[in-house]
Amino acid sequence: MLTSSRSLAAGAGLVITALALAGCAGAGGDQPAGGDVTLTLATVNNPQMKDMEELKGEFEKDNPGITVNFVQMEEGDLRAAVTADVASGAGQYDIVTVGAYEVPQWGAQGWLTDLTDVLADDAEYDVDDILPPVRAALSVDGRQYAVPFYGESSILMYNKELFDEAGLEMPNEPTWQEVAEFAAALKTDDRAGICLRGKPGWGDLFAPLTTVVQTFGGNWYDSDWNAQVDSPEFTEAVQFYVDLLAESGQADPVSFSFTECLNALSSGKAAMWYDASVAASILEDPSSSEVAGKMGYAHAPVYKTEESGWLWSWNLAVPQTTKNADAAIAFVKWATSKEYHQLVGETLGWTRVPPGARTSTYEIPEYKEAAAAFAPITLEVMNAVNPEQPGVDPQPWVGIQYVPIPEFQDVGNQVAQLVADAIAGRSTVEDALAAGQKIAQAAGEKQQ
Amino acid sequence: MTTTASPTADATRIELRAAANRVRSRHARLLVAPALFFSIALTQIPFLVTIYFSTLRWNQLRPAEIEFIGLDNYAVVFTGPDFLPSLWATVLITGTSVIMSLVLGMLFAVLLDRRFLGRGLARTLMITPFLVMPAAAALIWKWSMLDVNVGMVNVALDAVGLPAIAWNTDLPIATIIILLTWQYTPFMMLILLAGLQSQNREVIEAASVDGAGPWRTFRYMTLPHLRQYMEIGVLLGSIMMLQAFDPIAIMTKGTGGTKTLAYLLYERAFIGLDVGEAAAFGVVTVVVTIVVATIALRSLFSVFVKGGER
Repeated sequence: MLTSSRSLAAGAGLVITALALAGCAGAGGDQPAGGDVTLTLATVNNPQMKDMEELKGEFEKDNPGITVNFVQMEEGDLRAAVTADVASGAGQYDIVTVGAYEVPQWGAQGWLTDLTDVLADDAEYDVDDILPPVRAALSVDGRQYAVPFYGESSILMYNKELFDEAGLEMPNEPTWQEVAEFAAALKTDDRAGICLRGKPGWGDLFAPLTTVVQTFGGNWYDSDWNAQVDSPEFTEAVQFYVDLLAESGQADPVSFSFTECLNALSSGKAAMWYDASVAASILEDPSSSEVAGKMGYAHAPVYKTEESGWLWSWNLAVPQTTKNADAAIAFVKWATSKEYHQLVGETLGWTRVPPGARTSTYEIPEYKEAAAAFAPITLEVMNAVNPEQPGVDPQPWVGIQYVPIPEFQDVGNQVAQLVADAIAGRSTVEDALAAGQKIAQAAGEKQQ
Repeated sequence: MTTTASPTADATRIELRAAANRVRSRHARLLVAPALFFSIALTQIPFLVTIYFSTLRWNQLRPAEIEFIGLDNYAVVFTGPDFLPSLWATVLITGTSVIMSLVLGMLFAVLLDRRFLGRGLARTLMITPFLVMPAAAALIWKWSMLDVNVGMVNVALDAVGLPAIAWNTDLPIATIIILLTWQYTPFMMLILLAGLQSQNREVIEAASVDGAGPWRTFRYMTLPHLRQYMEIGVLLGSIMMLQAFDPIAIMTKGTGGTKTLAYLLYERAFIGLDVGEAAAFGVVTVVVTIVVATIALRSLFSVFVKGGER
C-alpha cells in the first residue's frame, strides 16, 4: 500500500513537471503574448487598489501563464521604494503605481515606457475616453507615460444629519470662513467639527494645505522660482489651518491623514472633512461606513479664487527596466479598461468603480444611480479646476497641490514637519515658515 | 661553570618556547585569515564606498549631474540645522529607553526568579513584546493603544475621568520612548534573569543566616553579581535601540524632537534621494558612534576593562 501510494505520488509529480515543461515550451515558442511570467506590482494601499488585487484572478484566468503579485505600501513608503527602484534601475517592479507628481518627471527622464502608441493602436481600449485634464497631466510633449487608474479632486464632505440637527446649511461652494464657523458650531467634546490632515509629509499634510495656501493667494514659488513660503499670504493660510485644527479639529492632529480621517468620519467622530473626492465612494459604502446615505458633498472651500480643488491621479506605469513589458502593458490596459469598470461594478458593487479616470464611467446607468451622491460633483470639480494656474498669481509649472520638481518631495516633507511642530504648539507659524523659506529657496534656485 | 650553564639553558628553553608560539600563532593566523578576509570584504569595503559616495554631488533624481565635490556634503552636515538636534534626539531617546527598560527588566526578572504557579506561562507572555516585529508593534501602538478615539490607553484614561492624551501631537518623544521600553524590557529581563539564575544560592542562604533582609541581600549580594549582566544588557540594548526606526517612521514621522540619526539618514537617502549627503551623514554617525563606544567600553564597562581577570 505504502509503495503504491508513493509511486502514485511520483507519477503525479512527473505529470505535473511534464505539464509545466509543456507550458514553458509553448510560451517560449509561438505564443508571444503568453509565457510563464510573474509580474510584481507596487501599489498604494488604498481601497481601490485592494479591489484590483481581489479581481486580478479574472486577468490571470484570461491570460494563462501570467501571475500578478501585489506589493501594497503606504503612500509615503511606496513613493520612497518606487523612486529608489526606478531611479537606480534596480528593476524590482514590473508595474508601478505612480502619482501625478512623478509621471511627467520620470517620463522626461526616460524611466517609464512610452505608452502612447500601444494605447492608441487599440481601438477597443478607447484612450480618448480618459478625462482630458488627467491625461494631459500624464503626458510630456504629447507622449503619454502612464494610465490613470483613478483620478480625484478634493471636496468638502459633511454629515448632513449633524447639519440638520444644528440648523445649519452648507452652500454648494462654501468659503473657508464659513467652514470655520460651521466647524466651531459642530464641535463637541467627543466629535471634531472638521477633520483635516496633520501628518507630516508633502503628500499628507501639504496636499490639502497647499490648496488652502493657493486659494489664500499664496504659493510655493513665484514665476521666477523665488520661494514664497514666508510670504504674508502663505503665512495667513497656514495660520488659518493651524487655528482651525486647534479650535475645531480632531484631537491628536499630527497622527491624522487620509485613512485616519476616513475612520473618524465613517464612525461619526467628525462632522466635516476636506479631502480627496475618492473618499466619498468609501463613505457611501454601507458595509464599512456608519454614515452611508447621510453625507453631503460640496466644492472645496475657497477664499480668493473661484475654485480650489486639487487634481490628482494614481496611475499605472511600466518602468523601462522591466523584462516583461508586454505582459505588464497587458495588465495595465486590463486594469484601466471599460471592462474592468464593469467587472468592479458587477462583482463588488457600483460605488466601488474607480472614479475620475474615464468619461464613460459617468455614463454607466448603474454607476450614475449608485453614485448619485458624489459622482456629479466629482466630475464637475474635476472639469472646473485649472492646473495651469490654481492660485491667484501665475506659476511656472502645471499642477495644483504639488510642484513637479525633483526637490519638492524633500522640501514639502521638511516644511510639513515644521508646520506639524506649529500644529502641536511647539513653535509659531512664523518661525516654522521662516525656516521653511530657506529650504524652499535652496530648491528653487536649482530651477532658475 | 654549572652556574653559567643554567641561564643559557633557560635562554634556549625560552627561545624554543617562543619559536613554538610563533609557529602556533602563524597557524592560528592562517586559520583565521579566511574569516578575517570575508569580514573585511563585507564590512570595510562598503564603508570605503560610502566614504567615496559622501564626496559626490549625487541626487538620484538628477542622474546626469553626478560629480566630485570634495567635503561639501560634510559642510552641509555640520553647518546645516539637522545634525545636532538629531544627535541629541538619538541620545535622549536611546538613553531614556535603555535605562527604563533596564529598570523594568530588573523588576520583572526578580519577580520571575521566584517559583510560583504558572511561571513558565508568565515568562512566555513577558517575552512576547520582544518577539513582535518592530513595524507591527508600532502599528499596534498607533491604532490599538494610543489612538485618540479608540485606543486602549485613552479609553482607560477616559474611564477614570481623565482627558484623552494626543500622544503623537503633544508627547512625541514620550510616545517613542514608551514603545521602545515596551519592546526591549523583555530583552533586559531575559539577560538579568540568566544572571539571577546563575547566582549561587548558598551565598544568599549565608546572607540570610547572617541576618540580612531581602533588600540588603539584593543590594549587597545580587546587584554586584548582576553588574556584568546589566552592562551587557545596556551595551546590546543601546546598539539595538540606536537603530530604532519603525516607530518613528510609523508614528511621529520625525516631528517634535524624534528625528534620530537613523530616521534622518532615511530621510536624506529616501525622501531627499540625496546619496552624497546621506553618505556623509552615515560616515559622521559611524565616527561619532565609534568614539562614544570606545570611551564607554574602556571606562565604564568592567566586562571589558577587567574581563581577563575573571
